[in-house]
Amino acid sequence: MPSKYLLLILTILCTMLMLVTFGTDVFNKPLNSVVGYVIVPFQQGIGKVGGWLSNRSEELIQIRTLLDENAKLKEEVARLTEENTLLQQDKYELNNLRELMELSEQYGEYNKVGARIIARDSGNWYSSFIIDKGSNSGFSVDMNVIAGGGLVGRITSVGPNWSRVTSIISDNSNVSGMTLATENNLIVSGDLKLMAENCITFSQLVDSQNLVAEGDKVVTSNISDKFLPNILIGYISSIDIDANNLTKSGRITPAVDFEHLEEVLVITDMKQTVSEE
Amino acid sequence: MLRKFVVAIFIIVSFVLQCSVFGNFALAGIIPNLMIILTSSFGFMRGEKEGLIIGFCCGLLSDICFGGFLGFYALVLMYIGFLNGKFSRIFYPEDIKLPIALIITSDLSYGIICYMLMFMLRGRFQFGYYFMHIILPEALYTIVVTMFLYPLILKVNEKLEAHEKRRAQKFV
Repeated sequence: MPSKYLLLILTILCTMLMLVTFGTDVFNKPLNSVVGYVIVPFQQGIGKVGGWLSNRSEELIQIRTLLDENAKLKEEVARLTEENTLLQQDKYELNNLRELMELSEQYGEYNKVGARIIARDSGNWYSSFIIDKGSNSGFSVDMNVIAGGGLVGRITSVGPNWSRVTSIISDNSNVSGMTLATENNLIVSGDLKLMAENCITFSQLVDSQNLVAEGDKVVTSNISDKFLPNILIGYISSIDIDANNLTKSGRITPAVDFEHLEEVLVITDMKQTVSEE
Repeated sequence: MLRKFVVAIFIIVSFVLQCSVFGNFALAGIIPNLMIILTSSFGFMRGEKEGLIIGFCCGLLSDICFGGFLGFYALVLMYIGFLNGKFSRIFYPEDIKLPIALIITSDLSYGIICYMLMFMLRGRFQFGYYFMHIILPEALYTIVVTMFLYPLILKVNEKLEAHEKRRAQKFV
């Protein structure tokens, strides 16, 4: 077959694929299974070797800084222990008050499953990665992924033994969040320009009384339909007033260090949504 | 048969390397594009047909693993392989200038196409920034990797061609 015709046929095929997968996900299951058996075993092996090598090189660099850090951390431990005792007293009091008010705990503990990152995005435009567990472990699309107490992203594609996680620093990611202290809603978006600085942006914060300040905690909001409520996203690092003088936008420092991410936790509880039917 | 097998191994190994090991060697968060090196070098070494098929396979693999919807990268890489195949008539294995020029042009146009379709359409208009911080560094890093990878591809291709010639003679 001359290459011209082949090109034409494959172009039509690609266009059809794009149109079909834009609306549905009929091809995802078979293709994801193929990738699961062909690519993922290699990635798991190489990921292990690569991780080991980079760990060794980092260890050598870090020994000196670690000594310094150790001294600082010891100080911090002392400070935190003190703080902890205070907080425990508070908690005791809170529990008592809750019992009095007959309030059940607002959010139960979520069920979590650990997974290891085995591959990162092959391009430079978006930020997503592949973890080594999939539908065989009960994962499904839209499950939330956390690490180190902060939100990492959500699962956007699953195969039998792998899933793709789109992280919140990716340029095409938007999360509905709120400030923890004042409960103002805002939209958290990833930005490729700020990815190198490990920053994300927020916008559409309505704060007419100027209650939100730099350093405030931002968590996922309870009106988001993909993310479970009250998962820590990060801390506000700068605030600007938008040109419309009504809303504010600015930057957030994420709670998760995306550059040195190796293991993540997948929350297997899904956000309860109102069904469309 | 042997050629198909070897090329498949090449694609899988490069893809796996690109999204695992090279992630650890990223310079300023930028990783090189091995898929472009494979697609365009097989394109100008072997012609349009092989270039477009290999481009399609490489692209489809990226689509399944990382793409938002299937077929986007496959389409872009397929055309890059096809256009590189146009240059197979003026390709000589001894000449290193043409491969380098073709690969850098392919990677730049790949970056610009990706920017236009994935970013400009979403209202990210600062082309200068993305060109200087993403597209250009990626192309340069890709060229550095080409220096090591291209001789290997060339040598394997020569071995394969010699092997195919011997088999053809046997049947005559």
